[in-house]
Amino acid sequence: MANKEVGSKRSVGWMGLQRGHHAHPLEWIVEKGIFAVSLSAIVMIFLIFLFVAREALPIFFGQLNSAKVQKVMSVAEMEKLGPAELQAYLGLTPEQYASMDTETKRLLMEVKLEEFKESSQDKDATLNTTSWRNMILPHQWSGYSKPEYIWQPVSEIQKYNIIPLLIGSLKATLVALLFAVPLALGAAIYVSQLANARAREWLKPTIELLAGIPSVVLGFFALIVMASVLQSVFGYQSRLNAFVAGIALGLAIIPVVFSIAEDALTSVPRSYTQAALALGSSKWQAAWKIVLPAAIPGVFAAVVLGFGRAIGETMVVLMASGNASIVSWNIFDSTRTMTATIAAEMAEAVVGGHHYRILFMLGALLFVVTFVSNLVGDLVIHRLKHKLEGKR
Amino acid sequence: MKADSQRSFQTGRFDYGSFFFTGVTGLATYLILATLAVILINVLVNGWSGLSLHFITAGTENGMFNVDKAGVLPMIIGTSARVLLMTIFVIPVGVTTAIYLTEYAHSSSIFTRIIRGAVNNLAGVPSIVFGLFGVGFFINFIGHRVMDPMLHPNNPELIVWGKPAIIWASLTLAVMTLPVVIVATEESLKAIPQGLREASLALGATKLQTIIKIVLPQALPGIMTGGILAVSRAAGEVAPILFTGAAYYMASLPHSLTDQFMDLGYHIYVLSTQSSNVDKTAPILYATVVVLLLLTFTLNLVAIFVRAQMRKKLRALN
Amino acid sequence: MSDIITTPKISLLAPVPPPATVAAAAAAAPTEKPLIETEKLSLYYGQAKALKEISIKIQEKLVTAFIGPSGCGKSTLLRCFNRMNDLIDGVRIEGAIRIAGHDINSREVDVIELRKRVGMVFQRSNPFPKSIFENIAYALRLQGIKSRSEMEGTVESSLRGAALWDEVKDRLHASALGLSGGQQQRLCIARAIAIRPEIILMDEPASALDPIATAKVEELILDLKKDFSIVIVTHNMQQAARISDYTAFFYIGELIEYDRTARIFTNPAQKQTEDYVTGRFG
Repeated sequence: MANKEVGSKRSVGWMGLQRGHHAHPLEWIVEKGIFAVSLSAIVMIFLIFLFVAREALPIFFGQLNSAKVQKVMSVAEMEKLGPAELQAYLGLTPEQYASMDTETKRLLMEVKLEEFKESSQDKDATLNTTSWRNMILPHQWSGYSKPEYIWQPVSEIQKYNIIPLLIGSLKATLVALLFAVPLALGAAIYVSQLANARAREWLKPTIELLAGIPSVVLGFFALIVMASVLQSVFGYQSRLNAFVAGIALGLAIIPVVFSIAEDALTSVPRSYTQAALALGSSKWQAAWKIVLPAAIPGVFAAVVLGFGRAIGETMVVLMASGNASIVSWNIFDSTRTMTATIAAEMAEAVVGGHHYRILFMLGALLFVVTFVSNLVGDLVIHRLKHKLEGKR
Repeated sequence: MKADSQRSFQTGRFDYGSFFFTGVTGLATYLILATLAVILINVLVNGWSGLSLHFITAGTENGMFNVDKAGVLPMIIGTSARVLLMTIFVIPVGVTTAIYLTEYAHSSSIFTRIIRGAVNNLAGVPSIVFGLFGVGFFINFIGHRVMDPMLHPNNPELIVWGKPAIIWASLTLAVMTLPVVIVATEESLKAIPQGLREASLALGATKLQTIIKIVLPQALPGIMTGGILAVSRAAGEVAPILFTGAAYYMASLPHSLTDQFMDLGYHIYVLSTQSSNVDKTAPILYATVVVLLLLTFTLNLVAIFVRAQMRKKLRALN
Repeated sequence: MSDIITTPKISLLAPVPPPATVAAAAAAAPTEKPLIETEKLSLYYGQAKALKEISIKIQEKLVTAFIGPSGCGKSTLLRCFNRMNDLIDGVRIEGAIRIAGHDINSREVDVIELRKRVGMVFQRSNPFPKSIFENIAYALRLQGIKSRSEMEGTVESSLRGAALWDEVKDRLHASALGLSGGQQQRLCIARAIAIRPEIILMDEPASALDPIATAKVEELILDLKKDFSIVIVTHNMQQAARISDYTAFFYIGELIEYDRTARIFTNPAQKQTEDYVTGRFG
């Protein structure tokens, strides 16, 4: 750097110019450091989906087999199998397999045969419950009168039908949206269009304060207080259900829906309202007939983003929904959502096991659903802002 | 037809439309506020009595559900420790990334736009998914596959890093709050007039000198707001730490990065779902909720205050 | 007058002949040894061509004004001279710009050094949100000046040079943002001259100021001419007429006419120039 020869610089004129810029070594290092840190942060962001999906990969490709009893082979058939097939058949890790000699493997084949002869002849035991078919379609389980959707990962025969969980998530989310959207939207219209400036100043931050309440506190409140109150009002059977969870979930998403809708309504140019007022319409008519239609994409985005937030919320539903995995569209039945299932069962799932992988698959599913809803919401808002600003 | 002179600006008709519309939307607004008030008042009224010096300085040695003796000190320490650790990771990384994205990256390139979109959308990914990521990436991959075999190759049975621990919980939270910090920093960097950067560069400052001496001091309040918001969000989160580090019960405080920890939010979950007699243990449950709310609300209020100060300053600038 | 103005300035450049005589002889294109010279300079923003093959020679120790309607490329050309256009994505330059004979777009040129030699004053005054003293001290520290006494001396001489000293000497450590618009702009000029550049580029420096502040800045420019070569962009034709020695008229990215100011305003060669300076369009 030129710092040293400042005193002489003035007499040098333009001489120093043509020696190229060499960054100070420290500066060079710092700038490379900035790049390296940012790159790793960015890679991390993209890793998230990768690592969640990676754990669930064998399920997506149908490579898992949870059947307790497989097609048995006589010991003689051992020769026909390739090493990989044999290893899978015997249920060994590659290291174990490599360390065994042929004699041990032959012995294991015999053990397997014995096991089969002794095992119960339950036809469910031959079923691969991790196949897509059994995760989505109902199955006629032995002992049941008709085909059923069952999520029962901890039992003799593990049942992984995810339909009850999907229904549970959608049910709670639907209740939350039905409760939160009208309230949040009404408040957004009131705060942005009708309230006077002073009221607006404290109303907006106060409503957004609701976002500062941790979801575990909302879950606690729903479980300890709301559940009993709502039960005595509506008089339904099970104390914890999709309704209670949905209302509490609604409280969690009100600030999200409110903020975005309020933002969209405020971004409608004041000139629209003024034009309407100048034509003799009243304040509410301007808000209802001019501002709201102009901001309707923003309202849509608010609902979509609220949906994404609600379906991904965990602690509230874990604590207030009752967690029974039954297929029912009745909102007063106890219900179990995808998020609560992951939260409740992850700790006891064996790493790398079927249950573990299916929970990760639910996580990947949630990721995709929320990512898409966020993307849609963001795009809509972006377009709306662009449009409103372009017209100005 | 009335003559013009008789036309009046006063109307005798009552504006039902206005009354109805304002009433309904106003009702919605105040219903939300009322719910918020009910929650806070309910928690405070029921929790205040349980809040004592003993409660915040005692542990759970005498039983977690012991109404008279149990305290929350280990949870306060655990939550503070995980939040502090998270801050150490997320602030430097988040701020650096934001600096790169606003000051160095070509803002119009598709690459930058994709990154920005990904960052924005990451903020909406459910926290439980981050918990799964923590298990899949930090514990099973980094801890179990990389660090354990590397640090003690002679003892493959020993698991030090490949299990839930405070470091993994903190890192998981750091990844979760990364978008909060990046977005807040980017916004405050963008709010700085381009003229200031040009003035510095035109005087012969290098880009880095400009960023460090001119841009960052200006952006500091915004960065702090982002940091505080990230901390307050992380302090109350439970889902991401459920299986990355939080413990149901621990006899001692965490001593190292690989220890598990007790946590305020998780403790609320435990007290409200695992107690054999919820009515009897309600006082300590409520008191714990008050402690957590005090923590997060204080942080939020500080953030709001800092942001207000920053806006004032910016207004003076423009 | 101030230290700056009385300090003899030594340059390796050949001594410049008295401008008036040279210019009179060379008419439209002042020649001899120009300080800044562009040769068929074209500049593109992405696909759009903002400057079209501009060739101009700017003399030392004179005030050269760039005039023209908005969007004619005059500011863009000015920002080429200290390579501020580097900061904008997607800018591409063809042709050459030479300052004192050095091709400033060549790979060998130290752009940081270039900007220390070619100072700039912007349209919107942009003092740093620091104290008045620190605004100038920042520029000095970039030069590597660390001694407090040298710094204080230079701060004073630059503020005197910008005719601001008497107004601010009692509150040097107050925020620069508390100054009036005209004072802020003069502070920016003081900051620019503090590091003793050879050339000062001014991008509509008075356009955001009231008439009194404008007059002060114009007075200052005439004063600075003794020590610095000044290139000023302005959309105010009276201003150009008052302060500049040479005037270049641009229209939609092209240099239409370049001559002595008096000639441009009284007897322009081009019809377009005449229309513009007489106020028929623009």
